[in-house]
Amino acid sequence: MAEFIDLVLLAMLALTALRIIFLKDLFAVVMLFGIYSFLSALIFVNLDAVDVAFTEASVGAGISTVLMLVTLAMTGRKEKQSTHSTLLPLFVVLVTGAALIYGTLDMPPFGHPDNPVHQHVAPRYIEESPKEVGLPNMVTSVLASYRGFDTLGETVVVFSALIGVLSLLGVRRKKKKDLESGLETHSVLHVVSKIIIPLVILFALYVQFHGDFGPGGGFQAGVIAAAAFILYALVLGLPKAFAVVGPKFLQWMASFGVLLYASVGLYSMYKGGHFLDYNKLAADPIAGQHYGIIIIELGVGITVFAVMLNIFYAFGSQAERSNVQ
Amino acid sequence: MDFLDIVSSMLLLAGVFFGFSGAVGLFRFPDFFTRVHAASVTDSIAAILIIGGLLLQTSFDLNTAKLVFILLFLLVTSPTASHALAKSARHGGLLTLAESSSQDKQESAK
Repeated sequence: MAEFIDLVLLAMLALTALRIIFLKDLFAVVMLFGIYSFLSALIFVNLDAVDVAFTEASVGAGISTVLMLVTLAMTGRKEKQSTHSTLLPLFVVLVTGAALIYGTLDMPPFGHPDNPVHQHVAPRYIEESPKEVGLPNMVTSVLASYRGFDTLGETVVVFSALIGVLSLLGVRRKKKKDLESGLETHSVLHVVSKIIIPLVILFALYVQFHGDFGPGGGFQAGVIAAAAFILYALVLGLPKAFAVVGPKFLQWMASFGVLLYASVGLYSMYKGGHFLDYNKLAADPIAGQHYGIIIIELGVGITVFAVMLNIFYAFGSQAERSNVQ
Repeated sequence: MDFLDIVSSMLLLAGVFFGFSGAVGLFRFPDFFTRVHAASVTDSIAAILIIGGLLLQTSFDLNTAKLVFILLFLLVTSPTASHALAKSARHGGLLTLAESSSQDKQESAK
């Protein structure tokens, strides 16, 4: 039965991908990307990779759809007609595809227990992490403790995405004239979003601090909290959202998150360990691991939240400006 | 098979029926507003029936509470989404089928 569900989901995934290639309407393409992400999240759930599914659903289907839609508000929803010949790209794609397929011939047999991926560090994580880190959610122990360097790198990547967006676009403050977006007089949305937004923020905090015990963590929590504020900005308009959390404050928050993460590493060095060696953070190594993971997850959550919201601000203020002109 | 199982499978089947009819309507109905209507059927009644059916399959523990929360969330959000969709279509100047056909008649009468 599980194979059948996998097969159906994969077929739907392939159909969605094909449709994305052939559609010229970019608005529909963005929506299909959302569906694509939800389908892959379902496949991940079926594979028991709940953390990945959670990330895929919140980041892939949630925030990136919103960001793409805001981008479309700036650029327009039609794909540009290509005037080039398609023969050379087709040739390149065919050669690359053939090379990739040829490369897979040397891969170890799919799903075999003797494969290097199942023999390398995975058995150690599974056997030792309850003793060394002591968290029920093994994904969090691997992500935040064993692979702390990688996660620091990812957080820096998210942060540098913000730097890139801000140096290209910048967040424009609103001019005096207020816009009529049609949403400001929309009382049903106002009432419902007033009910929903506190619950979403509460859920984000739950995901943030329950990530040690269940699926979740800083990345998902930051994205969910940013989604709550984006909903607020969409319904009540950017100026009111700026009054709640302004773009300048968010820039401080984004750098604070990365610094919080890195300072845990520096503090563990100060205590006589290696960089990001949480064992040294407290007298008891296990307690040190717990402190370290909670603090760096908080850093990740703060950075991701601030970066996502600030990128939305940057795109949204540009889109509003181009609508005025 | 006890009583709860029978009720739960009836709810699930009814949910599947409404979901399917919503999907058919989404493809077969003539204009935007009727399609939104069909889609909102899937959103609301099908989701309620399916989660209701699933609720009876749990052993009334934490999972039940989680499903109830999902149900409440869907009850609030999905009608709002349909409403916002239809309202923004109105705001953008889209006419219903009846309105556009009466407009056509007026134009042909002129």
